[in-house]
Amino acid sequence: MRQSLLALLAKEPAHGYELKQALEAIFGSAYPSPNIGQIYVTLGRLEKDGHVRSVGVEQSNRPNKKVYYITAAGLETLQAWAEEPTEGPRVRDEFFMKLVLAPMTGLSDRMALINRQRRHYLSLMRELGELAERTDPGDRVALLLIEGAMLHLQADLDWLERCQEELP
Amino acid sequence: MTTTPAIRAVNLVKIYQSGRGLPVPAVRGVDLTVDPGEFVAIMGPSGSGKSTLIHLLGGLDTRTSGEIWLDGKRADTLSESGWAVLRREKIGFVFQFFNLVTNMTVADNVELPALLGGASPRHARERREYLLGELGLTDRAAAAPAQLSGGEQQRVALARALANQPRLLLADEPTGNLDSRNTRDVLKLLSRVHRQGQTIVLVTHDARVAGLADRVVSLLDGEIVDDGAIVRRRGPGGTAGDVVELRG
Ligand SMILES: Nc1ncnc2c1ncn2[C@@H]1O[C@H](COP(=O)(O)OP(=O)(O)O)[C@@H](O)[C@H]1O
Ligand SMILES: [Mg+2]
Repeated sequence: MRQSLLALLAKEPAHGYELKQALEAIFGSAYPSPNIGQIYVTLGRLEKDGHVRSVGVEQSNRPNKKVYYITAAGLETLQAWAEEPTEGPRVRDEFFMKLVLAPMTGLSDRMALINRQRRHYLSLMRELGELAERTDPGDRVALLLIEGAMLHLQADLDWLERCQEELP
Repeated sequence: MTTTPAIRAVNLVKIYQSGRGLPVPAVRGVDLTVDPGEFVAIMGPSGSGKSTLIHLLGGLDTRTSGEIWLDGKRADTLSESGWAVLRREKIGFVFQFFNLVTNMTVADNVELPALLGGASPRHARERREYLLGELGLTDRAAAAPAQLSGGEQQRVALARALANQPRLLLADEPTGNLDSRNTRDVLKLLSRVHRQGQTIVLVTHDARVAGLADRVVSLLDGEIVDDGAIVRRRGPGGTAGDVVELRG
């Protein structure tokens, strides 16, 4: 959440509740609705690290609220985050580890491992399909996120098939 | 009470023998039972015998040995014309390479099986309009198959297979030529007819299609290596944000 809050503050100063609303508006159902406590905790940490500062704004009849703004250091961190390449999800593969090692130890045979994993992926796919069905068609961000997850799963399944063909 | 299976294949074998070459065992002792209303996806690497199996089940190729029972009736011993009648009455088949009638319009291609099956012209037309509409093909009705893209032809082939409201839908990679959006139309139609009780057996590489199925059968080298239900691990509910982790 650190980067998303920094990014929102790079656009304009805001208080905690406005940040929560902005996250909801931008990500739709793609992001589990952030709770306000988490947002304040994260803002506190960002402030301690010098990435944001806050000023109290007087409010009539209510306690003052803090408006947060980004610092030069915060902007630099955000810039670095935006520019660095993002790790793909496939750089570590626990399943492949099992696939190579388990038969060696006699714990499980490869065919059974692959078959179980295939069924698992397909049940995930089924859930994603149902999720796409009940997602508001106007919620483009959420739908793209789901589509991305489906494409990854398809690649995983294709790769399972390759393992089944190639490994004895 | 036990229901009569829609399909029962017993120790089904197909060995291709072409000329003086070595015999190719494409399907090697497959046992498969499909209940009425069930949706079964057949998966497996290329050359594992998926097309051969689905063709055998539709009587489009003859078995070398074994039995095929459809709706409780022995089918593997039928003559070619016996199969033709059975297909006309009970089976919709989507070929991997469409097999549309080239000198007929899209509309006529889709209406033909319903008319052959004894539907009234009006009923056949309404069914055709419904199916083409569901598959986003309404404005292609008057076109000839050759004027359509591969993806469009494949959707027409699906509409044709469903025209007769067959007891059994067999399909060989029905989304193999489709882009994402067209696949979505096909997925919707498949899940709708399945909810209405349509029995479906289809070959697919597409996990979105397989994810709709009740059960997946995996083939490898002509044999079934896995056969089991696709189960949901959690109940329906949640949003994209709950299911897909967005890091950052
Ligand atoms: N008409 C045919 N004559 C000879 N061999 C065939 C014929 N059709 C398929 N085969 C062979 O049978 C095997 C299974 O093919 P197929 O059923 O098309 O597999 P899949 O659909 O899984 O890719 C392959 O080795 C293929 O070369
Ligand atoms: Mg094939």
